[in-house]
Amino acid sequence: MEAKNLNQIDEQLLNEISNLENITKGAYNIRKNGKGVERQVTENVNIVTKKDVSGIDIYVKENTKFEFIHIPVIITESGLNDLVYNDFYIGKNANVIIVAGCGIHNDHHKDSEHDGIHRFYLEEGAKVKYVEKHYGEGNGDGKRILNPVTEVYLKAGSSMEMESVQIKGVSSTIRETKGILAEDTNFVVTEKIMTDGNQYAKTIFDVQLNGENSSTHVTSRSVATENSKQEFVSKIYGNEKCFAHSECDAIIKDNAIVTATPEITANNVEANLIHEAAIGKIAGEQLTKLMTLGLSEKEAEEEIINGFLR
Amino acid sequence: MILELENICFERDNRKILNNINLKIDLGKFVAITGPNGSGKSTLVKIIMGIEKPDSGKIIFDGKDITNMEINERAKLGISFGFQQPVRFKGITVYDLLKIAAHRKITKKEACEALATVGLCAKEYVDREVNGSLSGGELKRIEIATVALRQTKLTIFDEPEAGIDLWSFNNLIDVFQKMSEITKGTTIIISHQERILEIADEIILMKSGKIQKIGTSEEILNEEIKNKGCCKIKNNC
Repeated sequence: MEAKNLNQIDEQLLNEISNLENITKGAYNIRKNGKGVERQVTENVNIVTKKDVSGIDIYVKENTKFEFIHIPVIITESGLNDLVYNDFYIGKNANVIIVAGCGIHNDHHKDSEHDGIHRFYLEEGAKVKYVEKHYGEGNGDGKRILNPVTEVYLKAGSSMEMESVQIKGVSSTIRETKGILAEDTNFVVTEKIMTDGNQYAKTIFDVQLNGENSSTHVTSRSVATENSKQEFVSKIYGNEKCFAHSECDAIIKDNAIVTATPEITANNVEANLIHEAAIGKIAGEQLTKLMTLGLSEKEAEEEIINGFLR
Repeated sequence: MILELENICFERDNRKILNNINLKIDLGKFVAITGPNGSGKSTLVKIIMGIEKPDSGKIIFDGKDITNMEINERAKLGISFGFQQPVRFKGITVYDLLKIAAHRKITKKEACEALATVGLCAKEYVDREVNGSLSGGELKRIEIATVALRQTKLTIFDEPEAGIDLWSFNNLIDVFQKMSEITKGTTIIISHQERILEIADEIILMKSGKIQKIGTSEEILNEEIKNKGCCKIKNNC
């Protein structure tokens, strides 16, 4: 891409979120230190800067098939607090892949924060795959804070698959995800989180199954190491004939703390809601098995964690 | 000689699980360990692999004292171990596990071949996770495939028949035999299956933490039937 506004650190950060080459293939908007720096629209995808608040509106035309939309954010300025509103309007029967995410490089002692409020409005029959990756790096003692809010509004027959990943370098995060589902809709969320040091991560899911035959699957897999702390809160309301499955699986190590608070509420006799939660250290027998195949204890642990978070 | 155990003792909760075991096993032998539940068979093979550490005694493998070595060091020297209860892994695929086992880059085709030898239709399995979605029998076959891929001097199986129906198990016996032909190594199998005991070069009969007898299959089987000592051997009670 013609990266006239991007330097080497920017490009590295972008590559952590998504492959730079992929970004340029479809519509994209790159935001750096609170300002849009690069943008490309296509015949089917338009991106417009908001007038009232900081952020963009993304419009996807009806029946758009298999287009990629990238909206990465990078922050390299220490002490910046960036709040952005991005609204996605997905037309009837469109089918698109949206890649978002934020990379923070903080080499100084001031805190850097990015709070992205993403709202998705899916029209009838629309399909979206949404991938969000969060990443932090830098040698400074300034915190790298990310507090994303995702709201998903699904009209009849639409579906959304959301994949969020936060593997490295984020000091503190509170992630809120909300879904409002009409009839015949499906909302699948897969979340992967790894924390170390003194990091803190909290995720809150709130899904309202309002339409007949709506369904949701929420899966959270996390690894908490050293002195880090994680909280998982999931609230699912079955207000019609619907199906919900939520699963929280966490591996803890060292002095880490993980709290899982599942809540499922059936407001209709036809609501079928399931929750599973498991927290524990790596099973000794898993380590033993991999050691009998020649891996050291440390290598075995890495294999287990990498697989778990894949 | 590939393996020598000297005066191995293992005690837990004031119970002598292994009581002064002395054993020598030659290279290239197909050895079956049998005996009643609680006789110490599993503990004995776990001690050879390093999964359990003996309270006293010495383990010599291929001329080296491995008594204080970690599991992975023993694995690298050439010992493999098939678990009675295969372990499940969330996120790790069958292909991943086979790659780790082979300790080299193997293609998907090679992984599929390894699965085919244990009777699994490979394409259906190779990308699946080694988790609770697989049945006990499927996990057991995958476990055997991981061990077979390693092709080591000493291969140990702890009750490979557990969790597999008798019909399928008979087909797996060929796998064990072929494996020892390829590696020219030693196989130690804990088993109660008649077919395994019949094809073994040597049977070790254990009772109450001791080796009661070592002999050929004819010697041990005939005598045990005569004495009705170990009904499990013949599966006839």
